[in-house]
Amino acid sequence: MSSNKPIEGSVEGSGAEQRKGFSRRTFIEGIGLGAGAVGSVVVTDGAQADHHVPVGPDPVSITLNINGKNHDLKVEPRVTLIDALRNQLDYTGAKKVCDRATCGACTVMLDGLPAYACTTFAIEAQGRKIETIEGISAGDKMHPVQQYFVEHDAQQCGFCTPGFVMAGKAIVDKNPRPSMSEVEDGLCGNICRCGTYVGVRQAVYDAAGKGSA
Amino acid sequence: MRNFEYLAPTQVKAAAQALSEHEGVTAVLAGGTDLLSLMKQRVANPQRVVGLRGIRELHGIAKQGGGMRIGAMATIQDLLDSKAAGAYTALMQAAKGITSPQIRAMGTVVGDLLQRPRCWYYRNGHGLLAMHEGKSMVPNGENRYHAILGNKGPAYFVSASSFAPALIALGAQVTVADAEGERQMPVKDLFRIPGAEGERENTLKPNEIVIEILVPSVSGWKTATYEVRQRRLLDWPLATASVACRMSGNNVRDARVVMGHVAPIPWRSSEAETALKSKGLSDGNAEAAGKAAVAAATPLSGNKAKVQLAGVAVKRAVMLAGGRSVV
Repeated sequence: MSSNKPIEGSVEGSGAEQRKGFSRRTFIEGIGLGAGAVGSVVVTDGAQADHHVPVGPDPVSITLNINGKNHDLKVEPRVTLIDALRNQLDYTGAKKVCDRATCGACTVMLDGLPAYACTTFAIEAQGRKIETIEGISAGDKMHPVQQYFVEHDAQQCGFCTPGFVMAGKAIVDKNPRPSMSEVEDGLCGNICRCGTYVGVRQAVYDAAGKGSA
Repeated sequence: MRNFEYLAPTQVKAAAQALSEHEGVTAVLAGGTDLLSLMKQRVANPQRVVGLRGIRELHGIAKQGGGMRIGAMATIQDLLDSKAAGAYTALMQAAKGITSPQIRAMGTVVGDLLQRPRCWYYRNGHGLLAMHEGKSMVPNGENRYHAILGNKGPAYFVSASSFAPALIALGAQVTVADAEGERQMPVKDLFRIPGAEGERENTLKPNEIVIEILVPSVSGWKTATYEVRQRRLLDWPLATASVACRMSGNNVRDARVVMGHVAPIPWRSSEAETALKSKGLSDGNAEAAGKAAVAAATPLSGNKAKVQLAGVAVKRAVMLAGGRSVV
């Protein structure tokens, strides 16, 4: 699997260096764990591959637009968006859990609609507007969905939370006054094994109509 | 997932030319909600994946010649948002049964038709027929979601398409392209019951692409879909039915009744259609149609309950078509 290989692609300009303070990923690197997973940094030439003719199976240069910023990287065509985000670009908010388009922990927005990043090839996300959990707050000011998650204690272990927040944002982006039943329907593509649904629904319901971060 | 090469042509012809005529060598990628899972499970191992996303003409849903055209890249969300689709009640009710917003945004209507069976034997690498020592493991195995009709063997899986029953009831066609050109055929002819290991459940050649669905006008028809489900959200339905009735006053002139999740293909019930013909869409006639639809069912060791569920799906679809509320 690609995740066992040395990481290619530039980490320059990745979300890591914009986020201040503690990053779990850099922390793990710092104490010497995961050294095998964070290897050489290859600067790409930035040239977009011509996909009219077959590319791959070797790594291909692609550009992804994430939270309004272009990132150049090299991926094998089989690399999913969740693996590219997490393993190469250090956007570790979206989680890889079921890896089968069911649990929703990997939810990101693609062109304004929620999508499972585990079931999207990174190479097919080119030219699309990718929005991750890292991009929805404004500095220290949380997005209303995040804020109400805190107020309603809407997480327990927290692993599903980034996906739920993105699914919740998709609901309130589209509908400033959803009913509780519409909130429930809009969150049905996400699963929480701790069973925090009541708080999650209330958080999204209360965040509706409160604007963005 | 095995490695593969990828290309994203901008023309249908180029996409078709990039496909192999041999089974399993190449794969067509639209929304990917089924294909990626199959590839991760190593049930599908294409050496080349041809993405359709870059072909502009395959996107979108539009009115066309009194009917509607659904392009191969049109998503379930596109269908739900489409003004052109609003009159197709059976299709819209089927779309609402796919509840995950993520699947709605990613998955395509054509992809729903061409998704591979959800049979757990198949998904876990035992093949479509789940053969073991010359016998299918299904008839006396874990078969609670398997076929109750069209299950004389060797195939026992069910067609999992949400839209095929509705599209067949509506008399829809698909346009299929290969490198030489295009042909049209009824949606029902896309499906077949495989007779031997290695045969697929659809009739497409490996180098063919379904590029659009053409749905005729429903003027004068009453249509509906009902899905019997264990959970309201996220899960697959247990049995479904779509009906389309052309009315002559209060009586049914023509009826099409197609069940989903009950047979290896979308299962058209001539028995239920006969039960409705020249009659009104009353609750009593709906019940009779439901009973007729499953009269010939042959359940397996663990799915007798599906017989009643399928009958109820037909009954309630007929009631919905007649403008009655159910449950």
